[in-house]
Amino acid sequence: MTQKITIVENILSANDQIAQKNRALLDAAGVFAINIMASPGAGKTTFILKTLEALQGRLRLGVIEGDVASSIDAEKAAAAGIPAVQINTGGDCHLDAVMVANALPALPLTDLDLLIIENIGNLICPASFALGSHLNLLIASIPEGDDKPYKYPGMYRGVQALIINKIDLLPYVPFNMDYFRQGVEILNPGLVTFPVSAKTGEGMQAWADWLVERVQTWKQDLSR
Amino acid sequence: MHELPITQNILEIALRHAEQAGAKEIKQINIVIGKFSAFVDDSIQFYWSIIAQGTIAQNAVLHFERVPVEFTCLDCGTTYEPQEDAFACPHCLSPRIKITRGEELRVESIEIE
Ligand SMILES: Nc1nc2c(ncn2[C@@H]2O[C@H](COP(=O)(O)OP(=O)(O)OP(=O)(O)O)[C@@H](O)[C@H]2O)c(=O)[nH]1
Ligand SMILES: [Mg+2]
Ligand SMILES: [Zn+2]
Repeated sequence: MTQKITIVENILSANDQIAQKNRALLDAAGVFAINIMASPGAGKTTFILKTLEALQGRLRLGVIEGDVASSIDAEKAAAAGIPAVQINTGGDCHLDAVMVANALPALPLTDLDLLIIENIGNLICPASFALGSHLNLLIASIPEGDDKPYKYPGMYRGVQALIINKIDLLPYVPFNMDYFRQGVEILNPGLVTFPVSAKTGEGMQAWADWLVERVQTWKQDLSR
Repeated sequence: MHELPITQNILEIALRHAEQAGAKEIKQINIVIGKFSAFVDDSIQFYWSIIAQGTIAQNAVLHFERVPVEFTCLDCGTTYEPQEDAFACPHCLSPRIKITRGEELRVESIEIE
């Protein structure tokens, strides 16, 4: 006799549980973590290095660099004086909570205020895998085109802030900002958005100021 | 590639619940996947044939319910499936939308013996 058992369990609940443990560890160390997601080449690494500059020492930064195989990005961060850990996923197209849990002990967490995790360049699945971060950040970039919210809605749903990078290229690339923003607004109403150029530095100050305030508010709430 | 961890999770969930129920065999697993979740049933099926080997779920049929995306307009209440390149309400053109279906990713039930 076949018997039917109702389950109704989220398929990613195991990952979510480990993400919660990561979050607890970060909270205990007083480290605010950002999960940066974007397509390959959107400017994640450049943006992280420019963020370091714009912070001007206001927050102590560490990074986890996710890549399929190389360690180029971690070397760039280390060269800029940031404590950096490389995760190579060996083919996986996203970071997951276990990979981050394994990387955290390699960082001097008690000496950090801010941890930036550069996820694998991919617009499809990173959004499904929680890492335990306090802020999920998406970097869109002008050359990718204005239709990305429509093509990758899941990515735009799961973030709490949006960077529009490479605005220095707006004069050269067709990009309908209104069409782009309408798609974003529908998927994620009121999403905090910063148009920047990680190349020229335009807009980076506004982002860094917002971030400092956000981290400070978070720290105050923690100590309450 | 990213369906492998999903498939492992499905197996783990199914086995755990089957064991609790004292099952000898899992006949079918009913899975609900929304169109906005980024997973493909063919790939899950492919990994399944490899990783379920040697478990009481190895002959289980994976049954996928694919849920289309449904938007509900917060201004006029129209529910609709959005077009690929336009999301606003087709009735009143409002951009104030709630996504009411299409983001599911869960194991709904198992059928055991
Ligand atoms: N014009 C312009 N180029 C930029 C900007 N930001 C980054 N780039 C360039 O874009 C290219 C990719 O930048 P990366 O920072 O390596 O991008 P990424 O997202 O880290 O790339 P992966 O880690 O390989 O996915 C480099 O050639 C950067 O110099 C920008 O604001 N404007
Ligand atoms: Mg990079
Ligand atoms: Zn309407």
